[in-house]
Amino acid sequence: MYEQLSGLLIQILSRAVHIFANKLVPLVGVGGSVETLEKVPWEYVVFGLVVLAALGVVFGVALAIVAARFVVKTDPKVDLVRETLPGANCGACGFAGCMGYAENVVGNPDVAVNLCAPGKAAVAEKIADITGKKAEKVEPKIARVFCQGGKSLSQRKFIYTGVQDCTAAVLAAGGDKSCEYGCLGYATCMRACPFDAITMSADNLPIISKEKCTACGKCVAACPKQVIELAVESKAVVISCHSRDKGIDVKKKCQVGCIACGICVRTCPVEAIKIDNNLARIDHSKCIVCGLCVKKCPTKAIYDYIPVRLKAQIDPAKCAGIDVCAKVCPVNAISGDPNAVHVVDQSKCIGCGMCAARCPKKAIDMIAAAQQVTGKQATVSAGA
Amino acid sequence: MWEHVLTIFIASALINNFVFSRYLGLCIFFGVTKKMETSIGMSFTFTAVMLIGAALNWVIYEYVMIPFHLGFLKIVIFIGVVAAFVQAADTIMKKVTPALYYKLGIYLALIVTNCIILAVPLINAEEHYSLFESMALALGSGLGFSLALIIMASIREKLELADVPKSFQGLPISFVLTGLIALAFLGFSGMITL
Repeated sequence: MYEQLSGLLIQILSRAVHIFANKLVPLVGVGGSVETLEKVPWEYVVFGLVVLAALGVVFGVALAIVAARFVVKTDPKVDLVRETLPGANCGACGFAGCMGYAENVVGNPDVAVNLCAPGKAAVAEKIADITGKKAEKVEPKIARVFCQGGKSLSQRKFIYTGVQDCTAAVLAAGGDKSCEYGCLGYATCMRACPFDAITMSADNLPIISKEKCTACGKCVAACPKQVIELAVESKAVVISCHSRDKGIDVKKKCQVGCIACGICVRTCPVEAIKIDNNLARIDHSKCIVCGLCVKKCPTKAIYDYIPVRLKAQIDPAKCAGIDVCAKVCPVNAISGDPNAVHVVDQSKCIGCGMCAARCPKKAIDMIAAAQQVTGKQATVSAGA
Repeated sequence: MWEHVLTIFIASALINNFVFSRYLGLCIFFGVTKKMETSIGMSFTFTAVMLIGAALNWVIYEYVMIPFHLGFLKIVIFIGVVAAFVQAADTIMKKVTPALYYKLGIYLALIVTNCIILAVPLINAEEHYSLFESMALALGSGLGFSLALIIMASIREKLELADVPKSFQGLPISFVLTGLIALAFLGFSGMITL
């Protein structure tokens, strides 16, 4: 049965090939120094098939033998790590491509697992699992714009009508903005961003999307005013100004510039802010992101990237009236007699979280207040 | 006969230089000439693969393809031979000389489907060269390509310091340079007539 069938099949196939070779392809091998043939001899087709098949088999077997004979044992972890990495070969880790990093992170105990910038914490954790290394705490970074002086809030020196690009505008007397430290607003960073994480607000300032930004640093390099910096994302309170002009000059040029008045320095409960060269600077290793300076800054030059601040709420069942919270509260929002249950005045509370951190009974929770959530979101969507 | 071999060698290295006269292998030419180190690595690998590939292909063409009238399958078979040989060399090198592999291994993968590597056996087959003539063509082409790479790399390293207008930076100025060098190489034409 099988013999009959296969015999039939071979006959049909050979007939088909024969017809194809003789009738349908009357001329082959035209050009390329191959002689033109009136008819293709039947054997040539068979030769071609046989020789190609034979060469294929020979090469295949030879390669298989070579691969088996000269096998190099690679650590399977390298391939696992390689698959975990994003594969962008961006070089942010400092090695030649993702493969280079995979080899080094597996082979070299000194190479940290958190060097992959696009992969962020998720990838670092996976690599730590594979390599058995300790996952050091990864502080995800984000690009931050150190200027809030958009079109409506700052002054212009002259009307610039040239090429609408910051690198071009900066050639014309340092740009049209009267503040020489501020964002020019011609969207060079937006065009530089490979992840579409930057959009321009109605006030001509770049807005960086928290979700899309990978902290690759392309916008930082592109900005001719060095107005964008990479900053630790969790340190969400930022002095959004780079001006080193004297306070009086800043006031003339921009409504939201840092005038180096020093109120934030005095307000900061952990002494994280210093004024250096007419500009307040937050030491992010000390900052506890309480947001007090944001409230006190007279020019609103300090920006709070936390969209919704939580409010402290005391659990009456746990509160033992120890009074630490009332003493530590920077805005005196907590009141209550010693040894009695304390109460937080929600209208005063700024959500800094200092009381919750200090309460020995863990009686204070940070909870979002309903009307505050909607209120703050409205300002966020308005383009802050 | 030896005179003819020498003629082929010089002609393929200078007069018919693959990059500057035949405009082949330009992708690798522009790709690796940013640094002198990589272009020297590429030159060595390229010349070696070219010589061995040309020899292998000559044997297969002479003793398999001509007897079986398979001249029309040149391109397919030559690519297969080079690819198989390069893959084998890659595997062997990784085991035997890891140091050399990490220096030159990345170029091997680029070479497999390179047009010059394919052009040399094709020309050999077309002209019905003998084994020695084929080797002379392969060596000449390899050295000619190395010469092109090294000339270009040395210029491009200097170019890093030059004040090139922004729109010409990078590849555009390299294209202009290549055109100028090609023009200079035209001076060799007519030196020898084959």
